[in-house]
Amino acid sequence: MIEIKNINKTFGDRHVVQNVSFQFHQGKTNLIIGESGCGKTTILKLMVGLHPVDSGSVFYEGQDFPKLDEKGQQEIRKKIGMLFQGGALFDSQTLEENVRFPLDMFTDFSKEEKLERVNFCLQKVKLDGKNKLYPAELSGGMKKRASLARAIANSPKYLFCDEPNSGLDPKTSLIIDELIQNLTIEFNMTTIIVTHDMNSVVGIGDNIMFVHKGQNWWTGDKTQILNKSNQELFDFVFASEFMKKVYKGLHQAQ
Amino acid sequence: MKPLYYIGQYFMLMRLVFKKPQKYRVYLRQIIFEIDNIGISSLPIVAIISVFMGGIITIQAAFGFESPWVPIYAVGFTARESVVLEFSSTILCLILAGKVGSNIASEIGAMRITEQIDALEIMGINSASYLIFPKVAAAVLIFPFLTAISMFLGIYGGYVMGVSAEACTPYQYIYGIQYSFQPWKLYYAFTKTIVFAVIITSVSSYCGYYTKGGALEVGRSSTNAVVYSSILILLFAVIITNLFFNH
Ligand SMILES: Nc1ncnc2c1ncn2[C@@H]1O[C@H](COP(=O)(O)OP(=O)(O)OP(=O)(O)O)[C@@H](O)[C@H]1O
Ligand SMILES: [Mg+2]
Repeated sequence: MIEIKNINKTFGDRHVVQNVSFQFHQGKTNLIIGESGCGKTTILKLMVGLHPVDSGSVFYEGQDFPKLDEKGQQEIRKKIGMLFQGGALFDSQTLEENVRFPLDMFTDFSKEEKLERVNFCLQKVKLDGKNKLYPAELSGGMKKRASLARAIANSPKYLFCDEPNSGLDPKTSLIIDELIQNLTIEFNMTTIIVTHDMNSVVGIGDNIMFVHKGQNWWTGDKTQILNKSNQELFDFVFASEFMKKVYKGLHQAQ
Repeated sequence: MKPLYYIGQYFMLMRLVFKKPQKYRVYLRQIIFEIDNIGISSLPIVAIISVFMGGIITIQAAFGFESPWVPIYAVGFTARESVVLEFSSTILCLILAGKVGSNIASEIGAMRITEQIDALEIMGINSASYLIFPKVAAAVLIFPFLTAISMFLGIYGGYVMGVSAEACTPYQYIYGIQYSFQPWKLYYAFTKTIVFAVIITSVSSYCGYYTKGGALEVGRSSTNAVVYSSILILLFAVIITNLFFNH
């Protein structure tokens, strides 16, 4: 379990994250949702220490991450897998080398064991056989999936995904969502997903935090989110014509 | 106060770079890769420039000495002194600062802006050490070889040019390059090379590592890398020369 308590972050004079607190549960897919620019990525980066917090705590099983020394932080990070919004694959390495990288660094697996693990991960994201391609030779969606393969390579305990299915077609998007959910349950990971895709929200939203203007505006799960709890959330969830129809449908049924 | 801030930031980065490696096997692989990337790939330019500069120095010496009192073998002597003392260490490293320095800064800068460095950090890897240490180590190992090759080719270029322009006989040239040889001048040259190797790789890495923004800034980092390494090379050339000559 990861718990954030009253975290704050300012960039210059902009207070981008304001007193955000939330609990992310183990074995669940925890979602951070909100409109573009509301601070979702920043919250994620604060949690893993890529930006230092101005104030507040990030507890990994009770250990306050920002207060740990470098060694302690590295120990926790070894248990983190992260999928970046832009992929962040290593350009100079092939797909196989990218996925194998965490294994090279932190395990004593033999060559064969590593290859087996790499192929297992690539197959999970449906990139099997693409081992020798370089990131520049992959499409945007393939990069996302490759990045996910790398994130899960070393069986992380915590999985962070920044918009895992933006730029993917609806079907692949669903597959990725399901994949992340299955992995979360299978390996009992604490998974945190940043998204603004409503399909993901109603599909895998076990535990949702809605962020608005850098604040924790609403929390709940995928069924609660369909009720009109407050105006900002309602505007966000039912922005599209399609979702408006869904809302009408729900109300006629009642 | 800005320069002090940068100097501090540079040394903080170097403290991270020279931490104990997390996985020796991976570092060894990286060092071998960088030896090829930084060193071997620079061989052609080093060879071409050395041969030509050796030749040019010889011709200038041969036809520049007007006085009949200067013996002809002085041509070889001059070529050797210029190549060993200055060309194959300082000038060569200035050229390598352009080639290797800009390459390193843009590579690391691009990794920074595309979050690849963040990805390393997230995995619990000391990104500064993983990215920079192998480059510094590789340069320290391979630059002396480049210098040695450059010395040889420079003097050889002088020989070919001097003899073919009939400025001296082969015997006179060879007598000249052996005349009054002092081994400490080689120590001086190689000391410079090793110091410059550290300067080029670490300063360029520093410029790349702290890139902020986008592609434009990567270009700027790469320019900065060349400018700052060149200035520091000249500064340290002065310091080292004083240490060796002025005692
Ligand atoms: N390194 C930075 N320096 C300055 N400002 C930043 C930085 N990173 C983010 N911001 C600002 O913080 C705010 C929140 O950005 P963030 O990337 O967290 O948004 P987001 O919710 O992830 O948006 P999106 O859904 O578009 O990815 C934005 O206004 C952005 O301009
Ligand atoms: Mg974002």
